[in-house]
Amino acid sequence: MSIAVTFDEVGHQALPSASEAGPASKRIVVTYGFWIFLLSDIVMFSALFAAYAVLVHATAGGPAGAQLFNQRSAAIETACLLASSYTCGMMSLAVGSRRRAATYVFAAVTFVLGAAFLALELHEFAGMIAIGATPQRSAFLSAFFTLVGCHGLHVTAGLIWLVVMMAQVAVMGFRPSASRRLLCFALFWHALDIIWVGLFTVVYLMGVAP
Amino acid sequence: MTDTHYDRGPGDTLPFAQAQAQAPSGVVIYTVGLFLAVILTATSFWAANTSLLWAPGVPLGLAVLAIAQIGVHLVFFLHITTGPDNTNNVLALAFGMLIVTLVIGGSLWIMTNLNANMMPSAELMNLQMQH
Repeated sequence: MSIAVTFDEVGHQALPSASEAGPASKRIVVTYGFWIFLLSDIVMFSALFAAYAVLVHATAGGPAGAQLFNQRSAAIETACLLASSYTCGMMSLAVGSRRRAATYVFAAVTFVLGAAFLALELHEFAGMIAIGATPQRSAFLSAFFTLVGCHGLHVTAGLIWLVVMMAQVAVMGFRPSASRRLLCFALFWHALDIIWVGLFTVVYLMGVAP
Repeated sequence: MTDTHYDRGPGDTLPFAQAQAQAPSGVVIYTVGLFLAVILTATSFWAANTSLLWAPGVPLGLAVLAIAQIGVHLVFFLHITTGPDNTNNVLALAFGMLIVTLVIGGSLWIMTNLNANMMPSAELMNLQMQH
């Protein structure tokens, strides 16, 4: 990794070790704490994944995944979320070099892609509910709506957070507190994409595969 | 700013002075990550729909592709590396993955065993599982 190499080139002999250097900076402590939160969030999702995997055949005579899921729409949702993860990374770079206009542009693209993902997902839910595939219909559908809906709620929270962060950048600029929060937001957004990778594989691909 | 050998926060790249010199390579890292992720995603969708592959092996292949893509996201988007400044992040990640494995693997294992051992007939299993 080029980053690791250049970091090492700074010269180890001149640098005190982490224990000699005193407490870590707030930026490191905050992002590490947020990383722990994200991992616990992923552990929560793993329980929902386990519930879904156990209940996937418990359709109670109702519709199964193969009849309900549309791979085309799942593919578009995946593309939206992956692209928004990329633009979120571009936004992080813009924040790192304090380019305000680029930050706004990439945040806007990230927001639009995230909102498109959410709109597609809600459209899919609405279509399922319209044909009677509601969460009450079977254990399989309860688990499906809990798992996918929980991810959708996270995306909604992320979109609200992004708007709040842009308001903070507009008011406060890139002061350390704002750029810490932006870094946490970027972590959150990338973690959502990681969960979606598991989700589209388990729900939309394995569920439809013969 | 005094240079000290601190740990690096997850998702963080470098202090500002170095980050500016690194700006182009940051774009390259994200772009390589996107490229790999797109390839893995496209392969997943292809594998789930093709008839060229041996069908019973497809779910395992999909799982491998998903885990590979999660690795790509961790390295290229979340900047989790094996560097000495990332030890804490990697350890936390390892503990998280341990719990995830226990929860998912344990649930599937015990429920498969229950279904196999405690349900005498397929009809009864349907009664049990379909309500």
